[in-house]
Amino acid sequence: MDLAGISSTLLEAAFFFYLMATFLFGGAIRQKGLRDGEGLNRWGKLGIIVTLIGFAAQLGYFFTRWAAAGHAPVSNLFEFTTFFGMMIVGAFILIFFIYKTAVLGLFALPVALIIIAYASMFPSEISPLIPALQSHWLAIHVTTAAAGQGILGISFIAGMIYLVKNIDQSVSTKKTKWLEAVMFFIVSVVAFILITSGFSLADYKAEFEYIDKEDAAAKQEFTIPALVGPHEGTLLTEGKMEPLADMPAFINAKKLNTVLWSLIGGVILYVLIRVLTRKRVAALLQPFVRNVSSDLLDEIGYRSVLIGFPVFTLGALIFAMIWAQIAWTRFWGWDPKEVWALITFLFYAAFLHLRLSRGWHGEKSAWLAVVGFGIIMFNLVAVNLVIAGLHSYA
Amino acid sequence: MGKVKCECGHVNPNGTVLCESCGRALTEKAKKEKLADMRYEGSARRSQTYNKTIIDKVWNFFSSVKVGIWIIVLLLVAASFGTILPQEFYIPSNVPAETYYEDVYGTFGKIYYMIGFHDLYNSVWFSALIAALGVSLVIASLDRFVPLYRALKNQRVERHESFMKKQRLFAEQKGALHDSEIERVKEELAKKRYKVRVENGALLAEKNRFTRWGPYVNHVGLIIFLFGALLRSVPGMYIDELLWIREGETLQVPGTNGAYYMKNNGFTLENYEAGEDPEVFNEAIDRVGTVAKNYQTDAVLYRDENNELPGAKPDLAKVQEDSIQVNQPMKFDNFAVYQTSFRQNEMKAMQFALTNKETGEEFGEITIDLFDQEKSYELGNGYKVELRGFYPDFDGFSESGEPISKSPLPNNPAFLFNMITPETPEGEMSFAQIQNTMEPLGETKYKMAFKNLETRDVSALTIRKDLTLPILAAGGIIFMIGVIQGSYWNHRRLWIREKDGQIYVAGHTNKNWHGLKREIGSVLDQTFIPVPEDRQKD
Repeated sequence: MDLAGISSTLLEAAFFFYLMATFLFGGAIRQKGLRDGEGLNRWGKLGIIVTLIGFAAQLGYFFTRWAAAGHAPVSNLFEFTTFFGMMIVGAFILIFFIYKTAVLGLFALPVALIIIAYASMFPSEISPLIPALQSHWLAIHVTTAAAGQGILGISFIAGMIYLVKNIDQSVSTKKTKWLEAVMFFIVSVVAFILITSGFSLADYKAEFEYIDKEDAAAKQEFTIPALVGPHEGTLLTEGKMEPLADMPAFINAKKLNTVLWSLIGGVILYVLIRVLTRKRVAALLQPFVRNVSSDLLDEIGYRSVLIGFPVFTLGALIFAMIWAQIAWTRFWGWDPKEVWALITFLFYAAFLHLRLSRGWHGEKSAWLAVVGFGIIMFNLVAVNLVIAGLHSYA
Repeated sequence: MGKVKCECGHVNPNGTVLCESCGRALTEKAKKEKLADMRYEGSARRSQTYNKTIIDKVWNFFSSVKVGIWIIVLLLVAASFGTILPQEFYIPSNVPAETYYEDVYGTFGKIYYMIGFHDLYNSVWFSALIAALGVSLVIASLDRFVPLYRALKNQRVERHESFMKKQRLFAEQKGALHDSEIERVKEELAKKRYKVRVENGALLAEKNRFTRWGPYVNHVGLIIFLFGALLRSVPGMYIDELLWIREGETLQVPGTNGAYYMKNNGFTLENYEAGEDPEVFNEAIDRVGTVAKNYQTDAVLYRDENNELPGAKPDLAKVQEDSIQVNQPMKFDNFAVYQTSFRQNEMKAMQFALTNKETGEEFGEITIDLFDQEKSYELGNGYKVELRGFYPDFDGFSESGEPISKSPLPNNPAFLFNMITPETPEGEMSFAQIQNTMEPLGETKYKMAFKNLETRDVSALTIRKDLTLPILAAGGIIFMIGVIQGSYWNHRRLWIREKDGQIYVAGHTNKNWHGLKREIGSVLDQTFIPVPEDRQKD
């Protein structure tokens, strides 16, 4: 097997190990999260060992792919998102060794799994670097930024667990609704992964001819059936679904179509869960988190922001500015990705100030952590795919 | 300014909440609280003490963290609005912004343009928000740093028991402290790198006080950064020019006041090729089509030795030769020259042959430099071609029949020739384009047959000087030091004292209480001193 082949096998192995570790951590949660004299139980120990093996496998994937490509594999959406997933696992391992809480793994690993699965929906072949990316700063800037985001991601995990634990599920309130909205979003991502892989397995392809926003004729290939079609589009492939509506030229119909499918799939999946279990998704999760101390969760959330914020600033702003000065002639150009990195920075700065002096601890802090991660995901997904800019490499 | 004298004898600045020295509560409110507000050690902050003059009010406004957070939130919301549609500097430069937004994005685009969001980051109100952030950083930091510094410097070992009772981590127990016990604890704490002071049998252990300065250090860094950004508008600090330079051309480098010249020795564009480049890339090249590998301008930099002499011709001395690539700018004298863009195959020269239409016999070729034409071209033996008209960007004929040129760039050159031969000494007129000849004044015996076209590439180089960079770098480094200093350590203190047969133990940290609890627990574990308990547990 060649290096690239070994690399992708290692990534699959890592995925499998993370999945296994999730179940092991599931078995470990009867134990209290606080270090009140109690050590980790056997399940928890196994869980972290399998996580470490998975992490090692993914590091193997990373470096073999680096060797095969000749550059750090963080140059397109597949590679970046995979690396981001790895950084969430890495950050989890770091925080785990400080606080020894198994329940964190039960939530962090599935999030990492979803992110890695999401990554594999993008073209995954090894691609050569365009001139703007040919620099050592590619490895330095992107890995540091992703590490910062990964550590900040742990505050989201801790915040989610805090909310699942502390929001009263016996009545329907604004809080339960918002928490369900977050759950729905996660379910929709899962739906996106299922739908995309399904149609990809069935090898669905429908080509359209349409008029783009510069008034020129163009072609676009849909890999899932077109609910909405491109501007003045005509279907070229026979026997495929005709779109229900055409979009104006400035909207990328293919991307909107994917979003629509994910939302519809999300609704179906979510409603199915609710109907079958007759419980809110958060209420389903609540029994798993009963034993962990809220106080500890709050501290884990705060701690991971404290650790992640400097790393994120260094990678996503400072290293970014240095490289932008070299590659793009200016250190700052209000490119959408830059702006959203700044927004992330400002948001977590506000988070820290609110905690410090307005006393936003506990639940408020947990909600903020969820919003912060929302901003990070927006910057990863929407800014690359929807708002086109200099960073649209995928 | 008034002073407040504490029962312990220490004189505190007006507005102090907890005595800097012994920690007694000095205000009625603080006396009633169950847990002391330790955020700034109960020190006297100007903003909490004075509120009379307009200066007080401005100071108090900007020193408020609440106001600071509002500024941050407004900035981030405003910044996000600017990413909804592309900013003015990212839209195609050949269309006016007035129409672009409406044409492409409809009514929403029109509104976006009308309210000025197409150039949001340069708007007055956005700059004002950044300025407000700067002011808030300075005032809020000063308001807190100075009293906090005083309070931590003046704290004494022996704290009043009322102070200790109001700490989050606290325990008391009947008993007496033995010197040997204190010695043991002192040793244990020293192992954990605490600075331990013992006075009158009371103990204060403290570590990482420096981390408390982290926020102020990072704010200083930010202020320096913002100041650097402000300096850009000072003349001479910042130059940003674009130089379009053709292969073979030598041009003055804009922004250098004629001191430097640059020659373009050739532009190269390379793409990745399946077969030539590593095999692993084949799949990607296959899927995407062309992937660019290199944009490069081979450039020579010259200095004009006569630059200082008015009216003198340039005397060029070579300074350096460099291949300018993306990510590898040429650098000289605070300037950097970047490969920014290019245009390939611009027409440079055209060759025509004077040809007898009937026999096809040629009587010599002429080469017309599209940037430097001659009036007439001698072919010898009485053959000669006169250039009567040159239309570099030919775009049809006007109503009166005159050929029109759209621009001075040779995009579609056309020529009006007068062909003089021994046979036709008066000359015959021929209108020639690349693949086309016309005879506007009647049929001719001869024609100008198009033979060849020479092309060359044009490089766009960005010339940039930014003297604010060192200041921005300093600001960035100081910010990072401050933010790490403040985030990765915790300021921890432990007080132990005995009074009237009662042992008091209290602990404080600015964050990460679990860590402090663990640490104190392990130190006091094997002693008779009670382990302080968290009184804020859920």
